[in-house]
Order: sequence, then structure tokens, then C-alpha cells
Amino acid sequence: MFKKAYTMLLACVLLLTVVLAGCSGNSKETSGESGSKKTIKFMHLWPQGSSKQQNMIVTDIIKQFEAEHKDVKVEVEVLENEQYKNKIKVLSSSNELPDVGFTWAAGYMKPFVEGKLFASLDDVLNGGLKDSFIKGTTEAYATDGKTYGLPLELNIAPIYYNKQIFEKYNLEVPKTYSEFQNVVQTLEKNGVAPIALGNKDRWTGSLWYMYLADRIGGSEVLNKAINRSGSFEDPALVSAADEVQKLVKENAFNKGFNGLSNDEGKSEFLNGKAAMYLMGTWELPNFTTNEEIPKDFRDNVGFFKFPTVEGGKGDINSWVGGPGVGLFVAENSKVKDEAKEFVKFFVEKWGEQSVEKAGVIPATKVDTTKVELPQLYVDVLNELNKASNLTLFADVQMSASVAETHLNLIQSLFGGEVKPSDFAKKHEDALKKEEGK
Amino acid sequence: MDKVMSNKKVIALYIAPALFLVLALIYVPIVQTGYFGMTKWNGVGAKEFIGLENYMALIKDEMFWKTAYHSLMLAVFSVISLIGYLFISIILAGKIKGADLLRKIYLIPMLLASVAIAQLWLKIYHPSNGILNTILVSLGVENPPSWLAEPGLALYAIIVPIIWQYAGFYILIYYAALKNIPESLLEAARIDGATPWQIALKIKLPLIMNVIKVTIVLAVVGSLKYFDLIYVMTDGGPNGSSEVMASYMYHRAFKEFDFGYGSAIGFFLLVICLVVTWIIRKFTAADENVY
Repeated sequence: MFKKAYTMLLACVLLLTVVLAGCSGNSKETSGESGSKKTIKFMHLWPQGSSKQQNMIVTDIIKQFEAEHKDVKVEVEVLENEQYKNKIKVLSSSNELPDVGFTWAAGYMKPFVEGKLFASLDDVLNGGLKDSFIKGTTEAYATDGKTYGLPLELNIAPIYYNKQIFEKYNLEVPKTYSEFQNVVQTLEKNGVAPIALGNKDRWTGSLWYMYLADRIGGSEVLNKAINRSGSFEDPALVSAADEVQKLVKENAFNKGFNGLSNDEGKSEFLNGKAAMYLMGTWELPNFTTNEEIPKDFRDNVGFFKFPTVEGGKGDINSWVGGPGVGLFVAENSKVKDEAKEFVKFFVEKWGEQSVEKAGVIPATKVDTTKVELPQLYVDVLNELNKASNLTLFADVQMSASVAETHLNLIQSLFGGEVKPSDFAKKHEDALKKEEGK
Repeated sequence: MDKVMSNKKVIALYIAPALFLVLALIYVPIVQTGYFGMTKWNGVGAKEFIGLENYMALIKDEMFWKTAYHSLMLAVFSVISLIGYLFISIILAGKIKGADLLRKIYLIPMLLASVAIAQLWLKIYHPSNGILNTILVSLGVENPPSWLAEPGLALYAIIVPIIWQYAGFYILIYYAALKNIPESLLEAARIDGATPWQIALKIKLPLIMNVIKVTIVLAVVGSLKYFDLIYVMTDGGPNGSSEVMASYMYHRAFKEFDFGYGSAIGFFLLVICLVVTWIIRKFTAADENVY
């Protein structure tokens, strides 16, 4: 009996050791030269399941790249968005970033750049790639004049509207802010919620504030306040806050917006209860090709540019938006040159097919005459080529802690809990505090 | 077999794996969190040791005390709700028809995942299509509140589903404790002419006092570290009006990338829970079981 128990125990201990040993990382595969072939480690966040189209394009690009560069092999690792973010963080703390990977602009990549983990990509840009990017997109990936990431996606935010509802009440697409207010008032009187908004997510409301700031004070005023060459207590930024509260008082937004998520807000627009919806162009598939949404509705969605404010300095062709994900090259990569070559190749090929195959607008210019697209896409792309300015989403521009303050203040502003002047002052305080650090 | 069990080495060997896992997965991280709280760290770069600066800032942080107050409100309401559960359990444990079915009905919310409960209540509270406001409108209320969007209401609107969520759990505990009371005691009381009310108050209640104390500790500590429904339903909003300590910790660490400060909050939260548990224990020192 004793002997048997002892054997069992030993077996258990042995098993446990094996299990624990399995946990410890032995994933130290050599990156760099293996045999005669060089290996580029590449991590992306478009798994086959959830981002089928993107995944296909990526696989295709890698195949082409390997065909053209016989001595290079690209090793791919795919993770879902959140897992990807986590893994990148873990890898960076042990300095084991993949040679090429995805990053987000401005605030997100700041700690990586400061930690000298990303390589500067200026040489790639200056090697002829610069002109193919839409103005304002690579800037979001630059720190102190050096660019550390090349954007793949670009999103701008137009106001989508329901043509049927507009027709029913004889409304025209507004070009100026007073026309826009007429539209809001007419809709409100007729019991239609003028604007769909889910402000629990807070950045949704920030879009409205940003556009008003842009149209009243011009495209630079908000940027300057954030990069500290100006002040957030600029009269234009205060009066933009004031306009937001006026809209709220006019019942321009659907009821209870501060407690609804963006998806809930969006559904007010999708089911025809609200007439307008200000959102990024990532929604375009929902209004064109997505079969899950009734065709009847999809055919009736149009968009217009945020109207100009009378007496304001803003230009109607100035957009709020931002690049989505971009590519980085790791600073301590052993195959840096090949990695940069791969990034360049990727950006070029991606720009050629992303919008047509996956509905993703690339950060590089698209020739609309060469691609087959739904009309709504073509219109947006044409507007994009005319764009005079692109202001990056405020919460992306700001550092993480200021962004939280901004988003919370936006929610209070829409909820009427903070006065426009205090709204500006609290921003100024937070920005000053950050600057002092 | 006895011989094996009395061998000290064997005992140590048997205990070792569990002890090792508990140490490695719980106690070591606790100490680490305490240490991270003493650093300035954005989660990516190097940690910079700054001593007790985070903890000092925390004590002066108005937002933190606001969230602590919200957590306290949650704890208070959870404890008050225990009275209701106790009452229901006494009725269920009495011999009424359908007690078994009712017990199951009460237990079901506990079987649902928190996220499912959150989604369910989000639909109930929806400002225009929600069942709650639909009923209010049909009752003639002109402008029913949009529950989760109003700073003064959001916290209380979330406390309701939290209390609802745990009803089954506490009722089950009380029910089991009540069923454990020897029938002979109750029968003796009945022969002596005690009314059902007297039996409940003077006999059943004192006999399950120890269980009640445990549930109070569970309810209070559970409330202080509560996170899930709040995260899904309002994410602490609007503007922090439903933020509790745990969600505040999450926001500081994972949204603002201030892992040093987040760790300090986490460690402080642990200290608060320990102190509160100790206080409750002190005031309700356990008696010996009398039967």
C-alpha cells in the first residue's frame, strides 16, 4: 500500500513538473538569419474569422513579397485586437517585438517611441512613398519630426443622413450651420430625433465638439491648444462648447444619449428613428454592402460635410478623422533593411486593393476611376482627394490621461453639468499639468 | 494508509503543490502590486521608484473618495437587501406550497453570466424602447428619466440589478441554514404555544446568526470590490457618477496607462477590504453554536 501511494505521488509530482515546464517560455526561436534565408517576423490583427477580407489581402501581399524576394521568409502571427494589444505590451517589456507589426497613432505609440522600441521610417517615406499618402495621415505617426509608423487605414467623419426622412419633411442638405439648425428644428417639431448619438462611449460626442471648434475657430485652434502653442480657453473653443449645449437644449439628440453606447445610438439611425448620424467612414460597409441591413435603408443613406458656421473661420473641406492602424519596424530588429522594404511593399500593395476588396479606405490616395465601388464610397473618396485639412481625433491626439479628462468633460458638457467656460478651463488645467511633467 | 498520512514528509509533499500555486498566483502578486504602487510606470517602459508618492496622492484624490463613497453605498444597500432575503427564506423554509419551485426561480439570476444580466438590464433601462419607460409612459408619466444617463440616478439604477443578481445566492444560503435547524426545537416551541412570528424571531433567527454574520461579510466585501455590471452598463459614467473603486482602478491603469497609480488603488482596496472584514468580525464576534 505504502509503495503504491508513493509511486502515485511521484507520478503526480512528475506530471506537475512537466506541466509547469510547459508554461515557461521556450519560444526563443531565432529571428533573423536561419540558414541562408532571412526571416521577418510579422504580427497583425486581422484573423481569418473576424476580418476575412483583410486577412486575404495580407496573405496575398506576403506571397507576392516572398516571390519577389527569394531570400526572405515572412513568418506571420495573428491575434485578435485586444489580445494583440496585450501581447505587444508584454513583448515590448522584454524587448522582443516582432520585426514588423501594427500600431496605432499618436498617444498609443508614444511610450514605444520614448522607449526607443520603434525604428524611424523617414528613409522609407523619403524614398518616394511620401507623395502617395494623403496629407495629414503620416503626421499622426510622427514624434519630433520623425515618423515611426506608416498608416494603412484612413477614416474621416461625415454626417450620414436618411434621405427618406429628409424628403418627407422637404428638407435640403444643409450647407451652413443656420440651415442645419433649421433642419434640426423641423425634425424635432415632427417628432423625429434629429441626430443619433450614443455618448456613453464619449468619443462620439467629441466628434461634434471637434467639428464645431473647427468650423468656428479654424482648423488649427484645437491642435494648437493640445500641442500647447495655444490655449484651450480660446474664445472659439468656448463658443463651440456653448453651441453643443444649445444643440442639446434644442433636443437635437436622441433621448438618453449619455447612457447609450455608440452601437445603441447607431441603431436609432439604422431603424429610421433618427435622421442624422455623425460617424467615421468605417461605417460605410453598413450603408452599402452589408446584407444584414435592409437594402431599402441602405439605398437611402447619403452623407454631407459638416456645415460651415456663419462668421467662423472654418473651411467646409476640413475633416475630423484619423488614420487607423499603421505598420512599425522594431528598432532592434536584426533584419531592419528587409523589414523596411517589406513595410514599403505592404503599404503600396495594400493601397491598391484594400478599398475594393475589404471596404477599408487606405491612407494612400486612391484613383477612383480605376476601382469598382458603390457610389457612396466613390463620393467619399472624391471628397477625400479635395480635403484641405485633416484634424486627428482629439482623444487620439492627447496623452492617455488628458484624453480621459477630455472624454469625461465631453460627457458632462452634453449632460449640461459643466459650463462652457469651466469646460475650457478644466481642459487647460489638465493640459498644463501634463506639460509640467 | 494511516502510516503514510502521519509521515511529516508526505504531508508536506501533499500540501506543497497547492501551497505553491496559492503563493505564486495570489500572495506574490499582492506583494508585487504593493510594490508597483510605489513606482511610476506606464505599463510599457521602465519602472521608476517614487516611494509612497502614489499612496499620498491617492489619499488626497477626491475622485477616489467619491468612488469609495459609491462602493460604500453599494455595500449599504447590499446589506439592507439581506433582510429581505432572510424574510423570503423564512417563508420558503416554512411549509408553503410551491416552495421548491420558488426557490429555483430565485436562484436562476445567479446562474446567468454578469454580462448577460448587464445586457438584459440595459434593455430594460433603454430610454425610449426599454420596458421600464414603456410602462411608465403607459401609466401616464410624461417624461420618464433616462436612467443610466442621469448622473443622480445612474448609480442607484445599477445597484438594483446587482442586488437582484445575488438574491438567489443569499436565499440559498439562508434556506440551507434554516433547514438545518432541528425540527425538535421548533416542535417544542409550537407545543409551548409560540406563534409562527415568535418562532421566526426568537428561535430561527438566533440559531442562524453565525450564517447571517458570514453573509454580511460576503455582501460588504463583495460590494467593495464590485466591478462587472458597472463596467458593462455605464463604464463608470456619466462622468464618473457610477464609478466604484474597482472600475476606477481599471480606468487609471488600463485607460490612462498609469499602472503605478492603478496598483496603488488596487493595494489600497485590498487593505480597505481587510480592515472592513476585521471590523465586522470584531463587532459580531462568533458565538458558539448552541444546539
